[in-house]
Amino acid sequence: MSAAPDLDVRYIAQLARLDLSEAEIATFQTQLGHVLEHVAALRRVDVSAVEPTAHASAVFNVFRDDEPRASFPPEVALSNAPRKANELFVVTKVVE
Amino acid sequence: MRYLTTIGLEVHVQLKTRSKMFCGCAVEYGAAPNTRTCPVCLGLPGALPTMNAEALRLTTLTGLMLGCDIAPTCKFDRKNYFYPDMPKNYQISQYDLPLCVNGAVPLHDLAYPKDAQKSIAHPGKQVGLVRIHLEEDVAKSFHFENSTGIDFDRAGTPLMEIVTRPEIESPEEAFAFLTALRQILVYGDVSDADMEKGQLRCDCNISVRPETQTEFGAKIEIKNMNSVSGVRRALAYEIERQVGELTAGRPLRQETRRWDDAADQTTLMRTKESAHDYRYFPDPDLMPVHTAPLLDAARTRLPELPAAKRARFVQDYAISDYDAAVLADDRALADYFETAAKAAPKPKSVANWVLNDLLSALASAGKSIGECPFPAASLVEMIGLIDSGKISGKQGKEVFAEMFATGKTAGAVVKERGMEQLSDTSALEALCDQVIAANPKPVADYRGGNAASLNFLKGQVMKLSKGQANPALTGEILQRKLA
Ligand SMILES: [Zn+2]
Repeated sequence: MSAAPDLDVRYIAQLARLDLSEAEIATFQTQLGHVLEHVAALRRVDVSAVEPTAHASAVFNVFRDDEPRASFPPEVALSNAPRKANELFVVTKVVE
Repeated sequence: MRYLTTIGLEVHVQLKTRSKMFCGCAVEYGAAPNTRTCPVCLGLPGALPTMNAEALRLTTLTGLMLGCDIAPTCKFDRKNYFYPDMPKNYQISQYDLPLCVNGAVPLHDLAYPKDAQKSIAHPGKQVGLVRIHLEEDVAKSFHFENSTGIDFDRAGTPLMEIVTRPEIESPEEAFAFLTALRQILVYGDVSDADMEKGQLRCDCNISVRPETQTEFGAKIEIKNMNSVSGVRRALAYEIERQVGELTAGRPLRQETRRWDDAADQTTLMRTKESAHDYRYFPDPDLMPVHTAPLLDAARTRLPELPAAKRARFVQDYAISDYDAAVLADDRALADYFETAAKAAPKPKSVANWVLNDLLSALASAGKSIGECPFPAASLVEMIGLIDSGKISGKQGKEVFAEMFATGKTAGAVVKERGMEQLSDTSALEALCDQVIAANPKPVADYRGGNAASLNFLKGQVMKLSKGQANPALTGEILQRKLA
């Protein structure tokens, strides 16, 4: 646990909408701590001469032209919806 | 105690592309629900996004128009949150490397609300921008009694977010900012920017503080305004509310409030405690972007901006600053005017007809300049008929009204109504001789020094010609004959 002092599994679980038991929280705190410890090894690499990148492969500008293509018919779009009405996906009422 | 107001805006603008940001579904306002979807914009597992090059070009163009610095490299990140309008549980956005940074929107006088144009606190003010980034719009939610319905047609529409510096000091400046920004976006054909259609949406951050205090007051965010005047009213309401709280000794805390346009007030949505934590990280599905080729493409599309057009109209067509500003306010109106002005010997009279007659006719018919029943060339033809003396100025108004009602050309209206003025000198001379012979007293009066009698005689000639005599020419002939 000492390897990741700022790891708060309870908070991470809440952000991910996971309902964890106290036992699970303890287990994941240790396991995730080990993962972070492993990744932290990267901090020991000298990257002072390396240009930062947002992606592992040096490929840029993968674009498509602004051409509309056919979409799903609504019945296909809605085919996996647990609830639907009036061509809309229906979910539990949400209020922002 | 006087209070200072600080306002910053976050403006979302839907870009005018044919297809969505990361998939090929069509972007169309008002299509039937869930008819413009695919695995990408429905957020189905495993679907892979591909960037729409045109959306990147339009955002770059916006950056150029607003004087931003265009980043040499930018990338897309995932903004994580749970909400049914974004079923993949993250929105693709740009976090630490946005496409554009800095820049400003100039506020010209006519951009302010009409009732505030006489009392502008900072004429010529420029509102600085922090950044402009590109993201995807979310689905549209419809809230029913016991459930929420979701339409994914809007999901994935290219959406530009423009963030201002906290430099706006009044609701009127916020109004002017949005008006001026909209104009520039329309000039660049980047967006139709219609607030009522949700193509331009605005969140406001506002704080007040006593003028003796240097640090900003608590930041209150207002959402849900759907018109520029709604933004102005919401901000005015908030200033009054916040000053009221502070005056009563109740400290303000950071919170988000919703504008209720019908009730004309804001209500609490959430406090800082429940603020989001989005855990941004680079989207591994999308490669970073080098902007050089986008810049090259955007530069070729840079339009003349409203400020430059106003200055040029004054210069090229010898019209007033105010007239130029009104004409340049609407790009379509400016284009109409310019088409006519270029073809007319006296551009100033074109400006007068457009600003007085055409604008009021359009306003009372509830039409936009794009729906004007006759082309600019017809207006030029009509003005030409007046200038050449074929019809009088008064007849011109009648011809104009008929053109506006029917779309007929000026020549056709004049012919149909038998309006052509009598400018044939010999015919006019005969009429003048007739009138002089029939009115010895006014003739004697005129010769005796009563200049007004000439008008009476002119009137008689007009009457005899059934209103078709050219008044200027008639005056000249009478004067010559009576000299
Ligand atoms: Zn799609």
